[in-house]
Amino acid sequence: MTTTDAAETRTDPASGRRAGVAVELRDLNRRFGEVRALDGFSLDLAPGELVTLLGPSGCGKTTALRALAGLEAVDSGTVVVGGRDLRGVPVRQRDMGMVFQSYSLFPNLTARDNVAFGLRVRGQDKAARRRRADELLELVELGGRGDRYPHQLSGGQQQRVALARALAPEPQVLLLDEPLSALDAKVRVALREQIRAVQTRLGTTTLFVTHDQEEALSISDRVGVMRDGRLEQIASPAELYARPATPFVAEFVGTMNHLPGTTTADGVEVLGRRLPVTTGRPAGAEVDVLLRPEALLVTPDPHGTGVVVATTFLGAVTRVHVRVGDTQRSGARPGGDGTTVLVDRPSAAVAGLGPGAGVTVEPAPDAQPLVA
Amino acid sequence: MAAVISDLGATTTAEPPAPARSRRRGGSAWARRLVLVIAGLYFLVPLYAAFRFAIGTSDGGVSGAVFAGIPAQDGFLDAITLTVRLAVIALVITLVLVVPTAVWVHLRMPRLRRVLEGVTLLPIVVPPVVLIIGVLEVAPPELKGTPDLLALVYVVLALPFAYRALDSGLQAIPLTTLVEASRSLGAGWGRTLVSVVLPNLRSALLAAVVLTVAMVFGEYTMASLDQYQTFPVWIVVFQQANARVSVAVSLLALLGTWALLWLISLVDRRRQSPEDT
Amino acid sequence: MKQREVPAWVGVVPFAAYTVVFLGVPVVAVVLGSFVDPATGAFTLDNFGIATSGVYLRGFGSSIGLSLVTALVPGVLGLVLALAVRASPSLRLKRAVATASGVFANFGGVPLAFLFVATLGSTGLVVELVKAVGVDLYGAGFSLYSFWGVAIVYGYFQIPLMVLVITPALEGLRPNWREAADNLGATPVQYWRHVGLPVLAPAVLGCMLLLFGSAFSAYATTSALTSGSLALTPIQIGSFLNGNVLSGQENVGRALGVGMIVVVGVLMALYALLQRRVSRWLQ
Ligand SMILES: Nc1ncnc2c1ncn2[C@@H]1O[C@H](COP(=O)(O)OP(=O)(O)O)[C@@H](O)[C@H]1O
Ligand SMILES: [Mg+2]
Repeated sequence: MTTTDAAETRTDPASGRRAGVAVELRDLNRRFGEVRALDGFSLDLAPGELVTLLGPSGCGKTTALRALAGLEAVDSGTVVVGGRDLRGVPVRQRDMGMVFQSYSLFPNLTARDNVAFGLRVRGQDKAARRRRADELLELVELGGRGDRYPHQLSGGQQQRVALARALAPEPQVLLLDEPLSALDAKVRVALREQIRAVQTRLGTTTLFVTHDQEEALSISDRVGVMRDGRLEQIASPAELYARPATPFVAEFVGTMNHLPGTTTADGVEVLGRRLPVTTGRPAGAEVDVLLRPEALLVTPDPHGTGVVVATTFLGAVTRVHVRVGDTQRSGARPGGDGTTVLVDRPSAAVAGLGPGAGVTVEPAPDAQPLVA
Repeated sequence: MAAVISDLGATTTAEPPAPARSRRRGGSAWARRLVLVIAGLYFLVPLYAAFRFAIGTSDGGVSGAVFAGIPAQDGFLDAITLTVRLAVIALVITLVLVVPTAVWVHLRMPRLRRVLEGVTLLPIVVPPVVLIIGVLEVAPPELKGTPDLLALVYVVLALPFAYRALDSGLQAIPLTTLVEASRSLGAGWGRTLVSVVLPNLRSALLAAVVLTVAMVFGEYTMASLDQYQTFPVWIVVFQQANARVSVAVSLLALLGTWALLWLISLVDRRRQSPEDT
Repeated sequence: MKQREVPAWVGVVPFAAYTVVFLGVPVVAVVLGSFVDPATGAFTLDNFGIATSGVYLRGFGSSIGLSLVTALVPGVLGLVLALAVRASPSLRLKRAVATASGVFANFGGVPLAFLFVATLGSTGLVVELVKAVGVDLYGAGFSLYSFWGVAIVYGYFQIPLMVLVITPALEGLRPNWREAADNLGATPVQYWRHVGLPVLAPAVLGCMLLLFGSAFSAYATTSALTSGSLALTPIQIGSFLNGNVLSGQENVGRALGVGMIVVVGVLMALYALLQRRVSRWLQ
C-alpha cells in the first residue's frame, strides 16, 4: 500500500534526512480543443532534485505540473512516482505538496491551522500537529506569526505559510506553480533562496514552474525549457546558458543579439569576423547569427560602423546599445535599416562611451555563435 | 426583489471566470444531477399544471382562447396603462436620484459607502404594509388623490437596490481615472457623466432598470391598500370573475418577466461576447 | 461654475432627503400613532397591549414561524441548488438558472397562488395524479391552505432568491482552496467542513436574513391562498387599513407595524452578533 512504499523511500534512518523519490513523466498528452497543452511531454526527476520548468505563458507548464498532482487528467501517458504508477490514484492519495501562485491559503484558518490542515485531515492529535506546524513556521521564518489570519500577512509571508503547509505532511513530491510571480522583486529574490534552502535541507523532490528565467537559473538543479507542450531542452543552468540546444532556448534564456551573417566554408562571418561553427549550410548563405552580449567587443573608433545609442549601467558590467549597419550614418536614428546590438563589457572598460560615440563592434575571438 | 439587484449588480463585478479546470468527480456528479432534476420538477410542474388548467374548457376539451382573450378583458388595458405609467415615473426618479449619488459617493466620499449600504437594509426592516400606513397618514390630500403617490413610494423600495447595483458597477470600473481624464480634456461634469461614466455602467444601469420595473409590475401590497388597480391588483380583482383567465394572466405575468430579463441578458451578452471567445 | 470645492456631503442631500421624506417621516408617523388612543388622542400603551395578545399574538407567532421556516429550509435548499449549478460544467445551464432565478424570485402574490392552486389545490394536477396512484393527499391531512402548504408555496420564490443572492458569494470560493485541500489529503466532506462552509457562513447567514425579511413582509401570496384563515401579521395590518376595525382599535394596526419593525430589528441585531463570530477571520 501507499504508506509502506512511501515510508521506505522517504526516511533514511541513518542520517534522519529524507531521501526524495524519483518522478517519471512519460509521453504525456493533453489537448484542450485545438490546443495541445502537452504534446508528448516527458520528464524525469532524480530523488531529491529540484527541476524547474521554464517557458513562455501558455506553453503547458501548469498543465504538466497539475498532471503530476492529479489535478488535470491526461489523454495519454504515464506518471510514475517512487516506482509506483499513479494512474487512477486520486489527488488526495498522491501525497504531494503544492504551492499555488497566490491566494491559496484557507482564509478562515490561522497560519498555524493552515499549516496543520494536512495533519488534521490525517487524524493527528491536536498537540502533535500544533508542534509540527510551529516547527514548520519556524523553518520558513514565521515563528510567532502562527495566530495571524492570511489577510493579516503580506504576500511573501502568505507564500511562506503556503510552503510550510505543503511541507507539513512530509509529501513525497513538492510542486510549486509560479509561487513568486505575484510578489514584488525584492521579496521574490529572498523567497526563492529560502525555498531552495528548505528544499535542499529536506531533500524533497521538487518540480518548480516559472516563466522567469532568472528565477529558474538561480535555484534549480536542472531547468527544462518548454515550448508548445514539449520539452525543448533540459540541462543544468550553466549548460543551458552556455550551450542552448536551439535558437528558442537561446532566446528564452539570457539576452541574445540577432545579427545578419554569411556562412563560410568552416563557419560564419559576422560583423566582419569569421567564427568557427558547424552550420550545415553551403558557404555564402545568409543566416541569422545569435550572439550573447558578453560575446561581443566594443572599441571606440570615430570611423567605426557603429554609433552608441545608449548605455545601461548594470553594476560590474555596463550594457552598451550600439546601432550598426545603417547605410547612412546619421546619428543612429531609429528607423534606419541597421540593427541595434547589445554589448556587455566591464563598466570600467567602457566608462568613456556615451551616446553618439563612434565605435566598432565585433565578436570576441572565442565567441560561440548559434546559427539559425 | 432585493435578490435580483444584488445578483445583477454582482455579475458586473465578478472577476472573469478562470478557465474551468474541471475534473470528473464521479459520485458528486450523480448527486448534482439529482439536485437539478428535483429542482426542475419543483419549478416546472406548477407551470405545467397552470397551463393545463388555463387551456381546459368546461366541457373537458382544450382551447387556447383564454390567452387570446386577455387583452380584451375588462380593465386589463387600464391596469397595464396605469402600471406602465407608475413604472416610468418611479424609474426616472430613481435613476435621477441614484446615479449622481452613487458616482458622487465613489469620487468624493468613499467612506460613506458603508453607510449607504446600511440604508439598503431599511426596506427589509420596514415592511411595505407598514410603510404604506405611514405614507397614507402623512401624505397631503392632493397627492393622496392620485396614483402617482404610489410611484413616489415605489422609488423608496427601488432606491436602495438600484443603488446597490450601481455601486457594484462602479466598483468594477476605474471611475476616478475616467473622470479625471475627461475633466482634463475639458469636459464639464454633466458631459463627463453622460458620455464617459454612463456608457461604462451599462450592465449596472440595466440591472437597476429591470429591478425597478419588475418591482412595480409585481407590487401588490401597497397598490391594493392605496386602492388603485395596478396590474397585480387587477389580477386579484379579476379572479372572482373567471378562474381560467386569472390563471392564464398569471402565467403571462411570469413569462413576461422572463422575456424581459432574457432580453436584457441578451443586450449584456452581446456587449461581452468579444471577450468571451 | 468656477468654484469646484462644494462640500462633499452636498452630493448625498437629494438621496438622503428623499429617503427621509418617503421612508423616515411615514415610519415616525406610524410609531407615534401607535402610542395614541384614537378616542381621546392621549398617550397610551393599550394599542401594544392588544397587539401583543390574542389573535394578534398568534399572528406574530405564525408570521415569525413561517418566515423562519421559509428562510431556513429554502435557504439550505437554495444553497445546495446553487452549489450544484456551480459545479456543473455547462455554461448554458448556469445562464438559464441565473435568468430563471431572477424571474421566480420576483414572482409572488396572486399569480403564484394560482399556480399552486392548479398544482396542489384540492383538485390540482399533482393531487389528482397522486390520487390516481392511490394516495389521497388531502385525505392524509395535507392542505395547500395550511401553514405547511403556504411554506411550500413560499419556496417557489424563496429558493430562487437564495440562489440569486448566494451565487456571487460562491464565486468567492476559490478553486485553489479545493485543490489545496485535495492535495493535502482532505476528503470532500473534510473540505466542506473545515473550509467551504466556514468561509460561506457569513454570506449564508446574511442571505437567510434577507429571506426572512422577504417572507416576513410577504402579504399577497398568503392572503390570496388562505383568505385570512392563516392569520399573518401583515394581513392583519392590511385589514386595519381596509377599515375592518373595531372602534377604539384604529391604532392597533400601527402598533402591529411597529412590532414588525422591532422583530426584524432584533433579528438584524442578532445577525450582527453572529456575523461577528462567524467572520472573525475577516476582521
Ligand atoms: N482548462 C483548460 N481549458 C482550455 N484550455 C486550457 C485549459 N488549461 C490550459 N489550457 C490551455 O493549454 C495551454 C497550456 O496552458 P498552461 O499549462 O496553463 O500554460 P502555462 O502554465 O505554461 O502558462 C494554454 O494554451 C492554455 O490556454
Ligand atoms: Mg501557468
